[in-house]
Amino acid sequence: MIFTKVRRVVRTGFVNFWRNGFLSLSSILVLSIALLVFGSLIFFSTLSDRFLDTVREKVDINVYFALNAGETDILELQKTLEKMPEVSTTEYISREESLKRFKEKHQDNTLILQGLEEIGDNPLPAVLTIKAKDPSQYESIAKSLADRSFIDDVNYGRNKVIIDRLSRIIPLVEKTVSVLIIILIVMAVIVTFNTIRVIIFSSRDEIAVMKLVGASNMYVRGPFVVSGIMYGIASAILAIVVLGLFAYYMDALYIRFLHAYPGDISEIRHILFGYYVSNFKTIFALILGSGVALGAVSSYMAVRRYLNV
Amino acid sequence: MIYFDKVSKVYPDDTLALDSVSFTVEPKEFVTIVGHSGAGKTTLLKMLIAEDRPSKGSVFFESANIHKLGKGAVSKLRRRIGTIFQDFRLIPNKTAYENIAFAMEAAGRTDAEIASDVPYVLELVDLHHKIYAFPHELSGGEKQRIAIARAIVNQPDIVIADEPTGNLDPINTFEIIKILKKINDLGTTVLLTTHNRGVVDEIKGRVITMEKGKLMRDDKKGKYAL
Repeated sequence: MIFTKVRRVVRTGFVNFWRNGFLSLSSILVLSIALLVFGSLIFFSTLSDRFLDTVREKVDINVYFALNAGETDILELQKTLEKMPEVSTTEYISREESLKRFKEKHQDNTLILQGLEEIGDNPLPAVLTIKAKDPSQYESIAKSLADRSFIDDVNYGRNKVIIDRLSRIIPLVEKTVSVLIIILIVMAVIVTFNTIRVIIFSSRDEIAVMKLVGASNMYVRGPFVVSGIMYGIASAILAIVVLGLFAYYMDALYIRFLHAYPGDISEIRHILFGYYVSNFKTIFALILGSGVALGAVSSYMAVRRYLNV
Repeated sequence: MIYFDKVSKVYPDDTLALDSVSFTVEPKEFVTIVGHSGAGKTTLLKMLIAEDRPSKGSVFFESANIHKLGKGAVSKLRRRIGTIFQDFRLIPNKTAYENIAFAMEAAGRTDAEIASDVPYVLELVDLHHKIYAFPHELSGGEKQRIAIARAIVNQPDIVIADEPTGNLDPINTFEIIKILKKINDLGTTVLLTTHNRGVVDEIKGRVITMEKGKLMRDDKKGKYAL
């Protein structure tokens, strides 16, 4: 009996979905827009995460050692630093390495290279680059480095302003993004809900007749919920396809935009599309899940007010 | 079978639609309720299917007080009452077949019963050739006959018809009344409202006359008396 009822409800839902052609199409389009907002927010948070990661990556502090500092002391310090919980990575650049990099960087500038030859000796100090797990931790790391005779300079003081600013801005950006996400999703949900309500409003007489003929509330409501689920599935598929195209062309645009820096392109290439492809299952599940839930819940709630016959 | 006990209905705008109406309907009766528009005929029928509730008094179907039933019980009650409306109220995006089948599905009938009974009632109202037509493809008289088929397909104990001929021409009116009489002859109670003199005189049954919410006359073999 239950099985027969479920089968009839599902079949009626399918039939109504097809027969309501234009109404179904319009609700699919609205629902797709809602899901696209949702999807592009997933992309946006990926992009902003990626951007913040890059910025974080760029922030570090350099410890410049005195020219006569012993390598054992430096390596000892590196070991101690790496044991600190705040420290993410360290990189030691010896005096020779520094010189090599300096020469490479200025290989086209004969003036600098000539000057360097004039000096004869290697004027560059050894450097230890330290990256913290979080920008706010640089201060305590810098403090722990004080009062060591073989350290010439720590550039924390110079970077302080930027580091401070970033540790304030990063959480703020993340918070703003999540608030935006919530606002936009709420708007999308309201618009979808209203669209489905209008569609069901057009069926209110039909609902009344069904009730007067003796159909139970669930039996009247069922087909609408099934249609709602179908709207959800159809618009999720539409949204997924559009998001894929969007990601692909955004990347192309991005690459063209960054063409001034050809060296970096291989890294940046396909940020969005790469993310889309590698997380396809998750994105698809998220979009499909929210589409189906939105369609089903909106229909369920919208029918309610007309059931009171 | 049906018992109205001092039923009054006051609408929110203070119109008195029913004023202490009491009467009884016995099984297999054919009762015609006549009265001008606004006399309370429709309100009376709405009480029976719990579409509206009385302000005072109570309505009984057999021993059950209709307005004290729960939601589930109301649905079950409606499956025992076949309802026909002046404006047909067919479901627009369902075919004739599906409109009738829907009433059976709602009542929880099996697929086999539906497959055999729907063509049978369509035959009864002489519309078996319009089985796959949508309501917008049917004439008024045809729509009303589909609505009658829907009302009787669950073999209800009673059929109530609220001005079923109000939107029809005389020939179709005559057809519809003929079908209703046939249903009554087969043993179903029929409760009909109308303001059509021809219809009342044609039926030659019990006539209840209503005026301004009051029951004015109740004649066993009545005539149109307004």
